Amino acid sequence: MHALHPARDQDGAEGGGPARPGPADPKTVLEPAEIGRALTRIAHEILERTDGAADVLLLGIPTRGVPLARRLAERIEQVEGRPVPHGSLDITMYRDDLRLRPARALGRTEVPAEGIDGAIVVIVDDVLYSGRTVRAALDALNDLGRPRAVQLAVLIDRGHRELPVRPDYVGKNLPTSKQEVVRVLLAEVDGQDAVIIGRAAATEQRSGT
Amino acid sequence: MNRHLISAADLSRDDALLILDTADELARMADRPIKKLPTLRGRTVVNLFFEDSTRTRISFEAAAKRLSADVINFSAKGSSVAKGESLKDTALTLEAMGADAVVIRHSASGAAHRLAGWVRGTVVNAGDGAHEHPTQALLDAFTIRRKFGRPVGEGLDGLRVTIVGDVLHSRVARSNVLLLTTLGAEVTLVAPPTLLPVAVGSWPCSVGYDFDAVVPKSDVVMMLRVQQERMKAAYFPSVREYSRRYGLDGTRMAQLPEQAIVMHPGPMNRGVEIAAEVADSPRSTIVEQVANGVSVRMAVLYLLLGGAEAQS
Repeated sequence: MHALHPARDQDGAEGGGPARPGPADPKTVLEPAEIGRALTRIAHEILERTDGAADVLLLGIPTRGVPLARRLAERIEQVEGRPVPHGSLDITMYRDDLRLRPARALGRTEVPAEGIDGAIVVIVDDVLYSGRTVRAALDALNDLGRPRAVQLAVLIDRGHRELPVRPDYVGKNLPTSKQEVVRVLLAEVDGQDAVIIGRAAATEQRSGT
Repeated sequence: MNRHLISAADLSRDDALLILDTADELARMADRPIKKLPTLRGRTVVNLFFEDSTRTRISFEAAAKRLSADVINFSAKGSSVAKGESLKDTALTLEAMGADAVVIRHSASGAAHRLAGWVRGTVVNAGDGAHEHPTQALLDAFTIRRKFGRPVGEGLDGLRVTIVGDVLHSRVARSNVLLLTTLGAEVTLVAPPTLLPVAVGSWPCSVGYDFDAVVPKSDVVMMLRVQQERMKAAYFPSVREYSRRYGLDGTRMAQLPEQAIVMHPGPMNRGVEIAAEVADSPRSTIVEQVANGVSVRMAVLYLLLGGAEAQS
C-alpha cells in the first residue's frame, strides 16, 4: 500500500509546509477523473486483500464517507458481478470532543439487516487526519456487533495522526500543514467532485478530524 | 437552543425540528443488540418528582441510562420534603451532589422556571402544575410526524390537530398548542366552556364546543384526561354527560377521515374521555407514544447536555 504511494507522489510538492508562500485561495489537488481512478484502484485493492470481497461490508462515515462507500461498492460489483453490502456508520455520539462544542445533529447509521457479525468491515471516510474519527468509529462498531476484521479506506490521508491509526487503503497521500484545510467535494453532496486544499480561516472548522 | 427546557414556547421551529430529527436517528437504535450510547458518561441526571408519575419518570430514566448518564431518582415521598424542606433547599442539595441536569415534575406552575434560577445545571420541565409539559408535546409531535410519513427535516405543516377535553387542568394541551403551531399544524381546542382557561383567546389556536362538527375535519384527535384529582368544583353535570358530548367512542371515531389517528397522553380514563374500543383500535397511537417518549427524551438530554455549555 505505502510502497505504491510514496508520501509525496506527483503533487506532493504542492502539499507545502507552514511556510508555503502564495495567496490563501483554495487550490484543487484532485480532479473528478483522478478521484474516480483512485476509487477504482481502492476497489481493486479491497478485492485483492479480501480474496474477492466475499464477506466485505463497506460502512461510510457521514457525511462524505457514505457516498464514497457506495461508489466503492458499485466498482466492486462491476468487477465481481454481485452486489456488495454497504451502509453508513454515524460516530457523532462516540466523539471524544463532544464536550468542546455545542451538541451537533446526528448522522444516520444504516447497517444491512444481516448485521456486522463475522463480516470484514471496511470503514470508508473522506479525509484521514488525527485518527480520532476512526477511533470513534471503532467504538461505534463495537456496539453493533463483532466483525471478523476491520479495515480502513480513505480518499485522502493528510497526516498529523494523534492516535495509532493506520489506513489500509489510501486514495492519495497529501502532505499538509496543520494550518491548511483539506476539503473533499462529492457530486452526491456538493454537486461536483474535487479535493481542495486551502488555508484555514480563523473561524473555519477543521476538516477530517 | 436554550440551556433549559421549561416551555414549548422556548423552542423555535429549527430547535424543535433538530430535536425531532435527532430523536428519529435515536429511535433507530431501539432494535440494536446494544441499546446504549456512551455520550453522557460521567454526567448526572436527577429525576426530581414531587408528583406521581409512571411513564414520564421511567421514560426520562430510560433515556438518561441509554445515554450512559448516572441517574438519581428522587420522589417527594420518603424524602426530606415530607419533613418540610423547601424546593430551593432541595435543589441546592442536589446541586451540591453534582447534578448536571434536573428533570422536575411539580404540582405548582412555574416550579421548573424557579428552579432554573437557582441551580447551575440544566433544568428540564417534566410537568409543572397546569402550565407546561414540553417533552410530552415533543413526543406527540414526533409521533404525528412519523404516523403521517413526514421525512426528517419536515414539520407538521397543514395537519389539523384537535385537542379535546380538560384543557383547563392540562399542561399537555398548552405545550402541544404552542409546539404544534410552531411546527405548522392547525390546532383546534374542543372542550366544555368550564374546562377552558380564561386566556385561551390569546392562544395560537381556534376553539370550539361542538366535538361532532370538528371530528370529520381532524387528521389527529388528541384526547385529554379528565383530571378529577385537580377538580375542586363541579365542571360538568355528570361523567356520563361529559362522555357523551366530549368523549371519543366508536361511533365518533367512524366519522374521522381515513388516515386520522387518535392520541392520548395517558393515563387514560377508559369510558370517560375515551372508549376502550377506541383506545385499543389500530388508529390509536397510545403505546407508540410511550415508546417514542424515550427517543425524544434522549434527544432532549443529548442536545442539552451532550455538547459544550452554550455561551449565554
